Amino acid sequence: MKKLRGRVWKYGDDVNTDVLFPGRYTYTVRDPKEMARHALEDLDPDFAANVRPGDIIVGGKNFGCGSSREQAAFALKYAGITAVIAKSFARLYFRNAVNAGLVAVAEPAVWDAVQTGDVVEIDVQAGVISTPKGDFGFPALDANAMGIIEAGGLIEYVKKQIAEAKNG
Amino acid sequence: MGMTLAQKVFSRVAGRAVDVGQIVTVRPDRAMSHDNTAAIAKKFATLGVEHVKYPDMHVIVLDHAVPAPNVDHAINHKEIREFVAAQGIRHFFDAGTGICHQVMVEKGLVGPGMLAVGSDSHSTSYGSVGALGVAIGRSEMAVIMATGEMWFRVPESMKVVLSGRFGTMVSAKDLALYMLGRIRADGATYMAVEFHGDAVARLSIADRFTIANMSAEMGAKAGVFPQDGVTDAFIARSGTAAFDARPDPDARYAITHAFDLSQVQPMVARPHTVDNVAPAAEVRGVKVNQALLGTCTNGRLQDLAAAAAILKGKRIHPRVRMLVVPASRKVLMDAMDAGYIRDLVEAGAMVLNPGCGPCLGAHEGILAPGERVISSSNRNFKGRMGSTQAEIFLGSPQTVAASALAGEIIDPREVA
Repeated sequence: MKKLRGRVWKYGDDVNTDVLFPGRYTYTVRDPKEMARHALEDLDPDFAANVRPGDIIVGGKNFGCGSSREQAAFALKYAGITAVIAKSFARLYFRNAVNAGLVAVAEPAVWDAVQTGDVVEIDVQAGVISTPKGDFGFPALDANAMGIIEAGGLIEYVKKQIAEAKNG
Repeated sequence: MGMTLAQKVFSRVAGRAVDVGQIVTVRPDRAMSHDNTAAIAKKFATLGVEHVKYPDMHVIVLDHAVPAPNVDHAINHKEIREFVAAQGIRHFFDAGTGICHQVMVEKGLVGPGMLAVGSDSHSTSYGSVGALGVAIGRSEMAVIMATGEMWFRVPESMKVVLSGRFGTMVSAKDLALYMLGRIRADGATYMAVEFHGDAVARLSIADRFTIANMSAEMGAKAGVFPQDGVTDAFIARSGTAAFDARPDPDARYAITHAFDLSQVQPMVARPHTVDNVAPAAEVRGVKVNQALLGTCTNGRLQDLAAAAAILKGKRIHPRVRMLVVPASRKVLMDAMDAGYIRDLVEAGAMVLNPGCGPCLGAHEGILAPGERVISSSNRNFKGRMGSTQAEIFLGSPQTVAASALAGEIIDPREVA
């Protein structure tokens, strides 16, 4: 997997699924472009209008706590986000991020080293995050998770498996 | 080395003894989805498989915005009904039956030792009857529909030992909030929480439901009450199948917490996080505009009974709109038979259709900027029940009823 390089959007602890993608949209808004417009709407109304493809979110502890709604991950992906680095993740959000094809890295030290607007680089293969204030190592992602991320998400991953089984 | 309940469940479905930390690809016993089934069906349709692999594994309940508040929701429900018919899914419960988690337990679709996944974070509720209830996302549910399987990591377990007895006007919700204050909103992340101790035998299925439900707010993968006499009496009535749901005595736990129920006071979670808790007495005087009784957390008969006992023959404060959402049609009918609904309505409450109601801000009681609600639901995140400038306080059915009377948050022991 190639290196990811992007601008940082930095947020605090307990960024929950209601602010990532509000509950009032969860059963009716399905268009990716429209989902992207509501990403982080209740926490940072400037995010959706100013996010650029390749940008990276840096969050505090318990990132993505709350609902099982995977739009909380997909909305970020559709907004152009490629990776989320957090001090720690809520369990469901970590799964949903991987299933959306986002790189999700739990590395507590990065938060203090970056500000919104900084450019960081993630080398997933080597397990290194480079920031203006230095490099930080992180443990390799689980092979299963890497396979899903590289395929572009769980649906793409399983679709390929099913197609291969049919042809195989 | 003995096994935790989570290890036992994953070992059974994996067909071999599994260790903590192992990744297993297994077939769940049950898979629950709700109003999000239309979105799941659309993902399923892209996978290149025509039929749901195990239609009888799936349970689909319409509850999140029922009856449909607008055309978009109505279309969503219509698509789900068409999918259910096309795929031959028998366990389908249309609007009005109840909240998905309550329906699963009440209809005997989930039982001790089962692995029951749900595309809803409060699927932990199945731990009330000894099942490992694990929440998953929509993509994962679509894959389960296609392949019948999903990967899981066998979780570490947290042991929570409960002793003592509740004081007057103190109930399971207060304990759940008290535990959240200690364990915190991320204290059980990735873990299965097992509840032990002599106090467990005195907790009803409804009490256990509230606690297992709120385990999700600690970040837990599951929150489970090992099978005991209370479980057995319940499943005998509901006719539920059971597997082994008793951990080994020498099972190893990542961490152990102990709580004495007699030390728990009526508790309130203040905005905007569930672990921002304080005794209700310390939050006293916060004026409220709305009081929500019910939801999957506290919408069962004993919850309505507790509130009715406080409100019977009285009038709620004129500032307060009180909403009652029974967890199911069965609960609603039982509460009618017992006279609780009459007591609540006479006191000034509005009774809503069994469902998720205003809990997630989809309809039926949205909050305006600057308004406050005292709610027996499970989440107080900013903007969840309407305006981002509204505030959600969480409490027990007793605290909700007493606060509705006073027009401000009070310790329910003040009206006892």
